[in-house]
Amino acid sequence: MKELTVLSGKGGTGKTSLVGAFAVLAENKVMIDCDVDAADLHLILKPEVKETNDFYGLNEYLINRDICIECGKCEELCRFKAIDNFQIDVISCEGCGICFLACPVSAIETKGRICGQWFISKTKYGPLVHAKLGIAQENSGKLVAEVRKAAKKMAQKKGISLVITDGSPGIGCPVIASLSGTDLVLIVTEPTVSGVHDLERILDLCAHFKIKSLVCINKFDLNLKKTREIEELCKERKVEVAGKIDYDPIFTKALIKGMPVVEFSDGETSRRIKTLWENIYEKLNV
Amino acid sequence: MIISIASGKGGTGKTTIATNMAFSLAQKDNCPACEQAGVQLLDCDVEEPNGYIFIKPKVELRETVFLDVPQIDEEKCTHCGECAKVCAYNAIFVADNKVILFPQLCHSCGGCSYFCPQNAISEVGHEIGEIAAGSAYGIEFAYGKLNIGEIVAPPLIKKLKERINEDKVVIIDAPPGTSCPVIEAVKGSDFCLLVTEPTPFGLNDLKLAVEMLKVLKVPFAVLINRWNEEYFEIDSYCNKENIPILIRIPLERKIAEVYSEGSLFSKELPEWQETFCKLFDSIVELSK
Repeated sequence: MKELTVLSGKGGTGKTSLVGAFAVLAENKVMIDCDVDAADLHLILKPEVKETNDFYGLNEYLINRDICIECGKCEELCRFKAIDNFQIDVISCEGCGICFLACPVSAIETKGRICGQWFISKTKYGPLVHAKLGIAQENSGKLVAEVRKAAKKMAQKKGISLVITDGSPGIGCPVIASLSGTDLVLIVTEPTVSGVHDLERILDLCAHFKIKSLVCINKFDLNLKKTREIEELCKERKVEVAGKIDYDPIFTKALIKGMPVVEFSDGETSRRIKTLWENIYEKLNV
Repeated sequence: MIISIASGKGGTGKTTIATNMAFSLAQKDNCPACEQAGVQLLDCDVEEPNGYIFIKPKVELRETVFLDVPQIDEEKCTHCGECAKVCAYNAIFVADNKVILFPQLCHSCGGCSYFCPQNAISEVGHEIGEIAAGSAYGIEFAYGKLNIGEIVAPPLIKKLKERINEDKVVIIDAPPGTSCPVIEAVKGSDFCLLVTEPTPFGLNDLKLAVEMLKVLKVPFAVLINRWNEEYFEIDSYCNKENIPILIRIPLERKIAEVYSEGSLFSKELPEWQETFCKLFDSIVELSK
């Protein structure tokens, strides 16, 4: 089984729009949305949810005031300044549980905290595994890992040989969780100073984890000078530019209709996306 | 006054708005903003900090940021495994005769060293990133940059926020999303401006960001970027929820091109400075 992970560093470069197009173009695959705290792929793929699972993050803690002797031990030990006046602030609490373990009179209670849900869904393009992190919850990396595990298990069971993962922006926790052990990363960038800067950071991250990557320059005609700069950078770092896509309003138009770009239009941009996909598919060597 | 700029969805224009608002406020002499002691801009998107590209500050200070992580004294350690049991983040693994540490996973709660029965754990600084500070255009500017391969961004954001100078108008450029790094960046703000774009993605992620701000109890309003008069669902949602839409920045190739070069569009197209100052005035009004 092969996994393609689509990342970008910078947000809004077009990851999800491209993954939506790949869902149409790729055969026999499982799609995953790993951007769990701002998941959008479902808006294009229109899933019908078949299975819902709760996601448990770190435990929640609560001080039982009937037992509490107000010794202040918990507040003294909490490094997240989450305890004040014998109350735990759930937003500041990072769930380490030191207070619970250290309380001399066992006044602190704990329970599992449902931090989100993940789903196995059916779409007209094949199965989709996606998730929703609860509002103001943490542990997105753990949820990403769970979603990927479930998708791979399903692919294995059904004899599906390809998994396509839509990642989140940045280089931190959820990105690293969606990157580990993948076969190929497609980095979607744009010809802006910020795009180049963030591309370098995500290339560094892929190199750090020794993962092979390809680059796609989206909106390449917005700034041809910067596009050339990206091509130079990629050449220098021995990373292939697998495709260049136009700065084309049909992306937004397709999105408003809730359709994958390649289904919405068969113009030049869609043709370029098809060439990009063929190139990636060859590199994946499924 | 602390104003954070957040979005849910990435790439909607947070940095563009934060930098142009800071620049416009700093240019005005008799603006109510500047009667306070000026403008401070903090780029809290430490995974992908881009604000300095536009502000081009003269960096006067660089500070390496460390997180206290465990260090095992193998002489004292009996491999009892208590530290691994206490650690909620799976940052410690104890084998028969060896302790393996994963400092990237550590949240620095101090539990392992506190509960070690042999007193075999001390703490040592693990480098997670750096903070740089400087100034340009009369803006006091600072940003954090997370090291490649580091997982946990909030401690760096927390450290950066220690630089907040409340005498000034403080503008915080937040990371995308709705989880821990954003919460760390936005909490404590007097107001949050949510930047969205007129697409179903923009709307979906705006709703998530609104729910997050309700939990954080930070007042907020919306700015629609790349407005193209094609998608009106954001308007319907904001009307229904009684959320003010403060301004709309049109979808203009010129603005996108200026951005692509790493320039401030309110500097290239100065008529925008007035708009940003008015935006600030409405924020002040709303947060009263």
